[in-house]
Amino acid sequence: MFRAHWWAAVAAVTRQVGDLEVAEDAVQDACAAALAQWPAEGVPASPRGWLIGTARHKALDRLRREHRRADKEAEAMREEAAPQPAAGWAAGTDDELALIFTCCHPALDPAARVGLTLRSVCGLTTAEIAAAFLVPEPTMAQRLVRAKRKIRQAGIAFRVPRREDLAARLSAVLRVVYLVFTEGHLAAGGGMLIRGDLCDQAIRLARALTALLPGEPEVTGLLALLLLTDARRDARLSPAGDLVLLAEQDRSRWDRAMIDEGEALAGQALRLGRPGPYQIQAAIAACHSGAATAADTDWREIALLYGELIRYEPSPMVAANRAVAVAMSEGPAAGLVILDTVSGDARLARWPQLHIARAELLRRLGRRAEAVAAYEAAVALEPPAPERAYLARRMHEW
Amino acid sequence: MKYLFLLYGRPDEQLPRPGTEEFDRMRAEWGAATGAMAQAGVLLDCAPLQPPAAATTLSVRDGETLLTDGPAAEIKEHFGGYTLVECADLDEALKWAATLPVAQVGKVEVRPVVQVVAPAEQPAR
Repeated sequence: MFRAHWWAAVAAVTRQVGDLEVAEDAVQDACAAALAQWPAEGVPASPRGWLIGTARHKALDRLRREHRRADKEAEAMREEAAPQPAAGWAAGTDDELALIFTCCHPALDPAARVGLTLRSVCGLTTAEIAAAFLVPEPTMAQRLVRAKRKIRQAGIAFRVPRREDLAARLSAVLRVVYLVFTEGHLAAGGGMLIRGDLCDQAIRLARALTALLPGEPEVTGLLALLLLTDARRDARLSPAGDLVLLAEQDRSRWDRAMIDEGEALAGQALRLGRPGPYQIQAAIAACHSGAATAADTDWREIALLYGELIRYEPSPMVAANRAVAVAMSEGPAAGLVILDTVSGDARLARWPQLHIARAELLRRLGRRAEAVAAYEAAVALEPPAPERAYLARRMHEW
Repeated sequence: MKYLFLLYGRPDEQLPRPGTEEFDRMRAEWGAATGAMAQAGVLLDCAPLQPPAAATTLSVRDGETLLTDGPAAEIKEHFGGYTLVECADLDEALKWAATLPVAQVGKVEVRPVVQVVAPAEQPAR
């Protein structure tokens, strides 16, 4: 029940005491206090106001006890002496934005940005984050401590970026949200293929950001992309836990409400006339969700959209995806030509999807020996277990 | 907050000789970058350094001073100069660091400076 208030509470207290680490610990303590008091004394009229007020006192107590950051303390004391707004006041949305922009600052280690956002913004415990990223808890704890220390020592300001920096900083934030989702959607190397809780967190973040920044089409585009992708969650795994390819999924198991919302948001974002990579990816996802059967998919449109996406993300992965779309609309030979031009890229060598895509095209061209070699190359890269099971099956069905 | 920009150039970089057109252009580029910092009131100090070969690295172990010829670490780029600025926060410091010509070819490390208060200046508790 505290997670709904976590983001706002950590943001408000960080603003008041000037230190993310102290604020976060204090909010944690306030939640523990609430757990002890509320059942007996009743839930306060404004749980959020209560948590912020209690955390603030705890944070100031700690700063006073540690006799540190004398200036901050004095500043905070002055604020404390000032009249307080009525109970139930909510933290300004600027503080909430400032918090996520701080956690996703490009001067922080990328892996730390994701962890810090899940901890400070989403309120996941360090143990939960460590489990999600398959690292030992002390490793994750150390990563988070180091990131918070850098924020303090390097003078990373707790505020919404200046207008001229906003575009670049926003793209760093969206990247983190996207990484949280993909980590949940296809857990690299993990036994579980879909970690629903991470997908839910990413969608929650994207939703909140859309509400905070309604005029930013890429934010809306990202939310649309995540909804359209997550709508297929139940259809992506067979009852045995095996991966089911898009073409073979039972489309009646797709979440219609999520698709409708995603399509509406994608359209709304694109109408603002400022396209970007997330909006284009949402449009691609909408091409799939709009097709009644796999055979109805508009692969021409998808190939065109991937061609657009390459302009924003000139990566071999995007080129490989475009090759698959071209193969679907113009035939496997045309797709294979594109795929073979990008497969020399070192960045793709360790990407099982490339080999899987090649294998599928070679299969359709009847080049069986080469197809088997490509499947084997994919298996050798040790994709997640359910994907491995799929490949083993695929290699033997002709 | 004070930030020190450590300027790392390429070790093979041949600086132009005084009197050449390239030298004048280099001076003009650096003058423009640091001039803008001074104009904005963020520049505290800046200077180029003699080459790494002129460096002596010192350490004291068990009361004994050890000297080694050359820079502290063998790295691809060499530490060629510094710029000291006073900025509101990291974002502002990064913005100024990016205006330095060396950022185009080498690297700029942005390091926050710890404010050390001399004992006499410490406010009475």
